[in-house]
Parts: sequence; structure tokens; C-alpha cells
Amino acid sequence: MTTKKIGDVILDVRNISLRFGGVKALTDISFDVREHEIRSIIGPNGAGKSSMLNCINGVYTPSEGSITFRGKTFDHMNSRQVAEMGVARTFQNLALFKGMSVLDNIMSGRNLKIKSNLLMQALRVGPAVAEEIRHREVVERIIDFLEIQAWRKAPVGQLPYGLQKRVDLGRALAMEPQVLLLDEPMAGMNVEEKQDMCRFILDVNDEFGTTIVLIEHDMGVVMDISDRVVVLDYGKKIGDGTPEAVRTNEDVIRAYLGASH
Amino acid sequence: MFYRENGQFKSNYRADMGLFPVAQDRWAILGLLALAFVLVPLMGSDYFFRAIAIPFLILSLAAIGLNILVGYCGQISLGTGAFMAVGAYAAYNLQARIDGMPLLLALLGGGLVSTVFGVLFGIPSLRIRGLYLAVATLAAQFFTDWFTNRVKWVTNDSSSGSVSVGGLDILGYAIQTPVQKYLLCLAFVVVFALLAKNLVRGAIGREWMAMRDMDVAAAVIGIRPVYAKLSAFAVSSFIVGVAGGLWGFVHLGSWEPAAFGIERSFQLLFMIIIGGLGSIAGAFFGAAFIVLLPLLLNYVPHWLGLPISTATATHVEHMIFGALIVFFLIVEPHGLARLWSTARQKLRLWPFPH
Amino acid sequence: MGFFLETVFGGLMAGMLYALVALGFVLIFKASGVFNFAQGAMVLFAALAMARFAEWFPQWLGFSSLLLANLMAFCAAVLCMVGVAWLVERLALRRLVNQEGITLLMATLGITYFLDGAGQLIFGSATYKIDVGMPKDPMIVLENVFEGGLLLSKEDLYAALVAAMLVALLSVFFQKTRTGRALRAVADDHQAAQSIGIPLSRIWVIVWSVGGIVALVAGIIWGSKLGVQFSISLVALKAFPVVILGGLTSVPGAIVGGLVIGVGEKLSEIYLGPFLGGGIENWFAYVLALAFLLVRPQGLFGDKIIDRV
Repeated sequence: MTTKKIGDVILDVRNISLRFGGVKALTDISFDVREHEIRSIIGPNGAGKSSMLNCINGVYTPSEGSITFRGKTFDHMNSRQVAEMGVARTFQNLALFKGMSVLDNIMSGRNLKIKSNLLMQALRVGPAVAEEIRHREVVERIIDFLEIQAWRKAPVGQLPYGLQKRVDLGRALAMEPQVLLLDEPMAGMNVEEKQDMCRFILDVNDEFGTTIVLIEHDMGVVMDISDRVVVLDYGKKIGDGTPEAVRTNEDVIRAYLGASH
Repeated sequence: MFYRENGQFKSNYRADMGLFPVAQDRWAILGLLALAFVLVPLMGSDYFFRAIAIPFLILSLAAIGLNILVGYCGQISLGTGAFMAVGAYAAYNLQARIDGMPLLLALLGGGLVSTVFGVLFGIPSLRIRGLYLAVATLAAQFFTDWFTNRVKWVTNDSSSGSVSVGGLDILGYAIQTPVQKYLLCLAFVVVFALLAKNLVRGAIGREWMAMRDMDVAAAVIGIRPVYAKLSAFAVSSFIVGVAGGLWGFVHLGSWEPAAFGIERSFQLLFMIIIGGLGSIAGAFFGAAFIVLLPLLLNYVPHWLGLPISTATATHVEHMIFGALIVFFLIVEPHGLARLWSTARQKLRLWPFPH
Repeated sequence: MGFFLETVFGGLMAGMLYALVALGFVLIFKASGVFNFAQGAMVLFAALAMARFAEWFPQWLGFSSLLLANLMAFCAAVLCMVGVAWLVERLALRRLVNQEGITLLMATLGITYFLDGAGQLIFGSATYKIDVGMPKDPMIVLENVFEGGLLLSKEDLYAALVAAMLVALLSVFFQKTRTGRALRAVADDHQAAQSIGIPLSRIWVIVWSVGGIVALVAGIIWGSKLGVQFSISLVALKAFPVVILGGLTSVPGAIVGGLVIGVGEKLSEIYLGPFLGGGIENWFAYVLALAFLLVRPQGLFGDKIIDRV
């Protein structure tokens, strides 16, 4: 296996704090993500990991701090802008469009790139149809990659959980992202499904060079595939470095095993 | 056995994306169109056209429009009557005030005015949703009720508050008899249904459904909520506005604001709930149901020899509607359309049970 | 100035009536999370029951005491509303547990139509009178301050008193009793409440019964003032803007909202009406609610809505 070339810092999170009324979800978090790497965010439940992704994605607006993406700094992100800049994500609770088929769900990830306007779509004139077919081809390649061909017309809501997670990933991949934010992509999966998902993630990172930011609870997976790890606890950063460094970090061990207070 | 896709292979995506991929469906639709355009005009009675076919067609059109907003985009609207009213009055004003205004342009123009109106009253949907949006659309409904009642300009200063339209014609062909009116409405409905179907299976349709199913996730994949919601309001109110124009011009001939009151809004909402939310075919099912039920309620007791007063019939009608709404929401939220497609699925396997 | 104050008072009193209807609404929303579109229909149904039973009991049982007739009618009407609550829970709510708000809203729309039809089928569709002995004569106050004094309606004052008492009673119920706490738990999360052993069905029947009884009180007062007729359910539609203003989850909000709308309507009719041709009352409440929805969706006193992904 050729060694991966990890690039410069592509995403830089600085001093992010997030408050909901009286609850402080994130306190002064700073870390960076380098291009082409797999960066994991770990921490006990409620540590603020999903909230962190939500800030990067524009779902939440941080109370303080800034996010720099490819050199441009923002103090809050706009979801559409973020999507246009090439950041895609999956959701912990599977925010799939339950009313649509697998194919339509993944096609919706292509919407950013569809140019034909309302009238052209209504009349279904040549260019509109040609564009639809082009995007369909891309989506079919993703479906092949994720091995979900048999279910492409099935309504997403009827699929088992593991397959739904794949569709979620497919939709994010359809956006051709440079950075992929994965929120617990392997939650609730058995060993085989986890291996499959790991394979997909590594393939995406390998073939397309996509930078991956991964929230995951399975320590084995995290230690195996990550290049670097950030550890959060109670909304604060308590560790940052290579998997080995983090594994032996006392604060991290204490956070997971608990200490007598 | 009969309804099978055996041997119907698609060798390119274009074929797979077609409107009716199953050959039997294609034949069925062609047959239906032949029936509607050729056979029915020859066989139907004037009463049938006036009381059943024309209202059915126009209400189906309005239901398609409403379904785009409520069923596909998930924005609830209790103000549909208002949009129909705007379309009707705008078309009327265009025809009455501009000499030589062709009928088709007047109707489409009415639709355009309704579009502007719809986008305006769709703006609240950018900040509020669900139940709150329902109340906001009530504002549109009551405001329009008042506006068409009080503002004299709208009714061309008619003293009685009602307006009427005279002989209709298109490019010299008169549209006077019920058959002609029926064919006009049929043409409108077929064209608009096709356009609507193209929209909902295209990119914008996916955007609408994404907004309906999970708008936070939709924003994250780069869908602009503003564009998606307002385009749904725009397209929906255009179609509903044209339907309103047709209702006033072709079906009623002369009307007052009460024709487009809140009762109409409820009626259309019921149509799409019973017919099937998020389904173009559902609009037709629902409209058929709503048009036929009162007639049934009037005739069945008659045939059985139990006369009931029209007031009682109305009350029973309300009870049946209400009960059916709850029934459908519990048992089959996707309405008659889903029941129909489930039946077709079973038909594909017939005579095997599964 | 005197006229202005009279208008304001008149508006306050009308507002109290809206608030009464809105109260039942807030109750049901607070405790079952359902936006009960059928509240107006419930008011009409209850009022019809009250009016007709008050007519029928003397006929059936052959007495003539108005007080007795009203008491019996009231009990019968309460039973009716409890029956309606039970039916609604059994046939509709139970099957729609944890569906989205829109589905429940549309279900209550269906219930509205059903109650409309059923009420008029059972009780009749003419206009009926309710006479619970509310004083119909006006009273004149503050004769020394304003020339001729201010004209107030005693009936409206009594209505206001009743509403105030109801609010106090309900607030105590919600805050202090065990059932009240259970109701609030259910409103928060149906499934969670079920999982800690709260009997969902029974709670819902209780809530809708209370909502029905509040609707009955509102119906009696409205009916006594205006006569029981179909248009009551349309006027009751105005309860929605009231709760938008006051906040869907706030009992005092329903009162304040009602008062604001009541006064606002009357004032805008008198002072804006001449410029715009009159009839402002028909849409003022809704447009005001719309404005609120754009600026402050949770209303004056409601809980802020936070979406978690």
C-alpha cells in the first residue's frame, strides 16, 4: 500500500464555543484538519462531537470562534455555502428523505450541480433530460460502489438500518465533496457491516483523496484507520494527536473510564 | 399474469426514467385519453358534463396544484380558495378591461397574478412551518375574502358584488356547449398534469420532497430552502389560479367571492388527503371522490326509497368526509393513490399471493 | 375619550370570549401536543347540546324550572363532551400516536367536519337560545368622570369573571396536581411518557374532556350572548390567532392574546375601517398573528422552539 500524501491544513477550527440557553455544548475548541487525512473526533456521549460537526456544517451557529476553510474565514457557516465549498456530511440519526426512493435520495445530493431551471424541467426539453441522465450515471456509479443496486427503487424508509446508513453515505458522496463529515457511520452495525463501511470510507479516502472527519465510538476502528484524533469531553478538547499519543493520554483514559470526583 | 414487466428491459437510463415504464400502463393511459377525448363527448349527457365532468376536471387541476405545495413540498395551506379567487378575478379583470384579450391569455394571466400572490403569502413559510403556517394561510384566505368583497375595483365596480363572463371563444371557435367546455377543461388538465408530473420527477421535485421530509438535511446538501419553498408556492398558486379562472369562467359563468371561501379551501385539502398526498394521480382520485359523494348521498336514499332532506344529506356528507379523513390518515396516509398502487403491485404477482 | 374607552372595554370583553375558546385549545395542546382544529366545532357542539337539552328535559320530564333545566342540561352536555373525548381518543388519537404534527392537525380537521355534521344532525341546525340567567341589561359607570357615563355590558363582565376563574382553576390543576404533571409529560413526548408508565389513553380522555368542558363553558357564554348557530364555529376559528399571539403553551397567554385581539379588532374597525371600507374585523386577527409569526413565532408567553438534529 502506497503511503498517503497528507496535504496542508484545509479546515481550521478556532476557539469555537456553542451555547444553548444555559447549556454550554462546546467550550473553546480548536483543532485543524489536513487535506487527504482521516481525522477522528472521539469522546464520551454528550461530549459535543455532533454539535461540532453541526457548527462546521452551518446547522448551528457558534457563539464564539471562527472556522477557516481553504484560507477563507467565517464566524458562522451557511449550509448552502458550505455545501458549495465541497463539504458533505452524514447524520447520526440518519436524516434521509423517508418519502423518496434510494435512487432519489442519492440524486438529491446532485441537486447542487443541476443547472436547468424550472421551465426547462417542466417541459422536459433536451438539455434538461440530458443533464438528468448525466447525473443519473454518476449516481449509479455510487450505487455500484456501495453495493446497493438491488434496492435502488425501494423507499428508503423500508430498508434495514445498515443499508440506510449506506444510502446516507451515498447521498453525501453524490455531492463530490472535498471534505466528508461522517457522524457515527457505524453506529448500530454488526461486525460485517462495520467492515464494509470501513472499506467504503478507506476507498473514498484512497481513490478520491477525500478528507474525512469521522465521529466514531468503536475504538478499534478509530485506532486502525485514523491519521489523527481529537478527543472531546463535556464540550472541551482534552486530547489531540496521533492515535498512539491519544491512546496513552491520561486525561482521555480518565474521561472514558471515569474518575472518582 | 396480465400485468407483468416480463421481457420489458430498459437498456438506457432515458427509458428507465420514462413517464410510464411499464408497457401495460402506457396502453392504459392511452386508452383512458382516447376514452376521455373521443368516446365521452359522444356519449355524455349535458347534465353529466355540467354537474360531474367539468367540476371534476377543474377541481382535479386545483388539487394537483395544492398537492404540489402540501403533498410534495410539505407546506400546509388553508388558503387555496383565496388563490383560486385571485386567479378568477384577475382573469376577469384582464378580459373585462383589455379589449380583445384572448381567453387563454386571460386565464394564464390570472394564473400569473395568483403566482405573485402565492409567493407573497409564501414568504412566512420561510420562517414558520406546520401548524403555524396553517394559521398564516388562513390570513391569506380571510384577507382575500374581504378584499374581493370590499374593494370595488376588483369587481369592476359591480353593484351586486358578483361578476359574470360572457361568451367564451378561442381563436374564433365558440366554447358554449357543455361538450366544448368539457373538452377545453380536459385539454388544460392533461397539459398541466403532464407539466406537473415532469416537475415532480425532476430535480425540483426532489428538492420539494427533501424540504418536506427533512429540511435541515436538505439545507446541508445544498438545497436552498427559500428557492424550494417559494418555487413550490409559485408553481402551486399558478396552477390553482388557472383552475380558479376555469372555475369562474367555464363552470360558473358568474360568481361571487363566496364561491372561493374557506369551505373551498377545506374541500381541496380533503381531496388531496383522501386522494393521496404527494401523488398526481391522487389529485384525480380525490376530486372524483369529492364530486361523486354528494351525488351518491342524494341518490342512494332516493333509490332505496328513504327520502332524506338536503340539509340532512349535507350533514351526513360532512360526517362522512370527517370520518374518512381520519380513517385515511390512520390507515393509509397516502390515500387512495397508495391503495391503487398497492393493488397494482398485487396484480403484478397475481395469481401468486407473494 | 369616553367613546374610545367604551370601544376598548367592548374589545376587552369580546376578547375574553375569544380567550375562553383559546383556553380549551391551549389545554389540549399543552397536554397532548395536538393542535386541535376542532376546538371551534367542539364549542358549537357543546352549545347545541346545552341549548337543546335545556329545551328537551322540561318537555320530556314535565317540569318548568329554568334552573333545573339548565343544571340537567349542563350535566348532560358535560357527559356529551366526555363521550366525544372518549370517542376521539379511542378512534383517532390512539392510532395516531407519535405521528407528525401535520397529520394530527389534519385529523382534527376531519374531526371538525364530523362534529359539525353530527352536531347538526343530532341537535338540529336552526338557531337556538341559551338562557342561563345572564343579565342582559347594560350598566352605566363612571358617570361623574365622563358625561353620560360609560356603557358596559354586565353579561360581558360576568363572562370575564368566569374566564378568570377558569384560568385560575386550570393553572392550579396543571401546576399542583399529579394528573397535571402527567399531562405536561405527555405533551412533551408521547413515547417517553408511555415508557414511564403514564396511561396515555386515560390521560388523553381526561385532557380532551377538560377541553370539551371548557368548550362547553365558552359555548354557553357565546350562545347566551349571540344565540347558538353555525357561525359560532367560524368565529371560533379566531381562537387560532389568539393562541399564536399568546403562545401555544401558555394559559395566561391565551387570555392576554384574546384581549389584545379583541381590543385590536374593535379599534381597527372604528379607526381604520372608514378608510378601508369596513369589515376589518374579518381579517385583522389573522394578519396580526401573521406579523407575530414572522417576528416572534412562540408568541408572547410561549416556549421557544428549538430544533435538534
